[in-house]
Amino acid sequence: MEEFAKPAPIKKGFFSPGVIILLIIALNGLVFAAFRFIFGLGYVTNLNDQYPWGIWIGVDVAVGVALAAGGFTTAALGHVFHREDYHAITRPALLTAMLGYTFVAMSVTFDLGRYYNIWHPMIYWNGNSALFEVGICVMSYVTVLYIEFIPMVIERFKHRVNLRGLLSKLDAPLEKLLTLADKIINPTMFIFIIAGVVLSCLHQSSLGTVMIVAGSKIHPLWQTPVAPLMFLLSAIAVGFPMVIMEGIISAKSFGLKAEMDILSKLGRYVGPLLGVCLALRLGDMAIRKSFVYLTDINVYSIMFLIEVLFGVIIPMRLFMWDKALRSKSLLLLASCLVIFGVFINRVNTYLVAYTPPYVFEKYFPSFAEISITLGFVAAEILLFRAFVMIFPIVSQPVKVKEYAPKTKYAIRGAVS
Amino acid sequence: MGKQSRRDFLKKAGILGAGLAVTSPREASAAPGNILSEDRMGVLVDTTVCIGCRRCEYACKKTHDLPAGNLMDYDDHSVFSKMRRPYDKALTVVNEYKEPGETLPTHVKVQCMHCDKPACVSACIVGAFSKVESGAIIYDAGICIGCRYCMVACPFQIPAYEYGNALTPEVKKCDFCFNRTEEKLLPACVEICPVEALTYGRRRDLLTLAEERIADNPDRYYNYTYGKNEVGGTSWMYLNAREPAELDFPKLGDKPAPGVSESIQHGIFAYFVPPIALYALLGGIMWTAKTRNESEEER
Repeated sequence: MEEFAKPAPIKKGFFSPGVIILLIIALNGLVFAAFRFIFGLGYVTNLNDQYPWGIWIGVDVAVGVALAAGGFTTAALGHVFHREDYHAITRPALLTAMLGYTFVAMSVTFDLGRYYNIWHPMIYWNGNSALFEVGICVMSYVTVLYIEFIPMVIERFKHRVNLRGLLSKLDAPLEKLLTLADKIINPTMFIFIIAGVVLSCLHQSSLGTVMIVAGSKIHPLWQTPVAPLMFLLSAIAVGFPMVIMEGIISAKSFGLKAEMDILSKLGRYVGPLLGVCLALRLGDMAIRKSFVYLTDINVYSIMFLIEVLFGVIIPMRLFMWDKALRSKSLLLLASCLVIFGVFINRVNTYLVAYTPPYVFEKYFPSFAEISITLGFVAAEILLFRAFVMIFPIVSQPVKVKEYAPKTKYAIRGAVS
Repeated sequence: MGKQSRRDFLKKAGILGAGLAVTSPREASAAPGNILSEDRMGVLVDTTVCIGCRRCEYACKKTHDLPAGNLMDYDDHSVFSKMRRPYDKALTVVNEYKEPGETLPTHVKVQCMHCDKPACVSACIVGAFSKVESGAIIYDAGICIGCRYCMVACPFQIPAYEYGNALTPEVKKCDFCFNRTEEKLLPACVEICPVEALTYGRRRDLLTLAEERIADNPDRYYNYTYGKNEVGGTSWMYLNAREPAELDFPKLGDKPAPGVSESIQHGIFAYFVPPIALYALLGGIMWTAKTRNESEEER
């Protein structure tokens, strides 16, 4: 019976040629990270007074948060709407969100001039600021994600705390702590799961509000009062494609069978979601009459067309095509296009559309900026790999006597 | 409304599982100061009077402890060959504009406009900027986290950043000589100006003055006071001989600079109803979905 698939740590060697390459990219980023903190922002970045924000905000934060949306969309589907057939994907999605948001927070630390004041928004409040809301919600949501992850830690280590040497004295207290956490977490988890969804809706939309204050400095193709709604909807739309992409790629990487039946079913939601995004986009354009800017051929109109055509229209068609939903490669392609579309949309809104009144030098990220961003991505993938090998996250067919502790968390929902 | 509902939010967010160590609301600072006094001060810059001596640049640096060099250096007019902008080591700069037909060039002093409805104050994530009673917009480096959102928000592209400072970088911009005006001194640039191109006074008086000057010399001035209505009005205003756009003044509407972003923020958080309603809605869905599942299983 296939249904005995349950999450378990993956048993496989950590190192592979791909892992070595990722390690090199991550280490390269680490070198530049040292430069940033020793010599300052001016030394490593191409930021200036005309372009105060670069890829660390436009990509690491804006794109990073959007692409971590799989966490809250699958939590909503699996736990809030209680669709138990999707439980197999909630854990990998949660892990991606947890790591994704952790790296968003780290990227912000790199970008802040006074990074040691990063906690200031907790006590100095400015409710008029969209960025304040993003900051508070992201801080809260990271905490929620860590809490949502605790059951996996309990499942892995409960009754099996076994430290070496002197640390073994800690075994008993740790065991007690896990038992206590287990008792508290189980009945309260639904609070955190709903809070996670609400917090996500709030800050995903507020990321769209962030650039509204820049007014005329944002090109009219992207400067719209409905940006918050667009950001929220596109984040919801990109959540499942991220889960599908990860599911297919990690299955391939670990030599498992991709859960195509779940992923195809998940894909069915994406087409209509993209349709809503597209309708909002075109409707907004018609009302604001911003389509006049498409008649000039320049970087803005071209970027806009790439974003809408390859990021929304083509994948929407693919996701509404039965054959594509059943084919692994087409499903992967369609998902990657949606991810690409949201990536380009955030980069367009935060960087390309940003046109200050006095420009002496156009911004293009420096080698160091790119190195650090890529380093973060590489580190995130490596951590993901490490986590799925340590914790019971990826669902696998279970053989009897196989290493996979029988616990009540096997495929547990919030209030299972 | 903003303040109270926000506080409620944070309390609730804390309770609802953020697990966030929110310090007691008493300690938390309120929203940043944003006073729009009737008697706020301003400066009227008459670019038809300015001779481009750049003494204001010198006085500004002296007052703000920036490397100023010798006063003699400022007679060097070669700097006018290209447009300059204020930066972290010069909070004000003068630019020169020469039209082929004109005998005398026009000089335009650039600095923070001290908006009545400032985007930087609205945007700052921690409220490090505030508009004070005198009309000045001042900055508290001790609160600043260095996110540079103020620079993104400013429609005049004024705040500059100390990118070269690795540990304690600051946002640098004209502070309207807040420390001097508190002691009833004139702003340094106004004080040093040898030709009285800068007039310091109550903003509403300056508006009358500007209208009088235009009415008295209609040939001398382009009939428009720049800053009267731009982004909701600014404390610094300009009288020009030419259309402001020709002198690189940004073309901005008369809507307040923060635009609709504040209304959106307040709409999303109106008395915390929308987030709580969403929470309740999701809770309801979760409960019904679960009950439905269970009853199906029983069958």
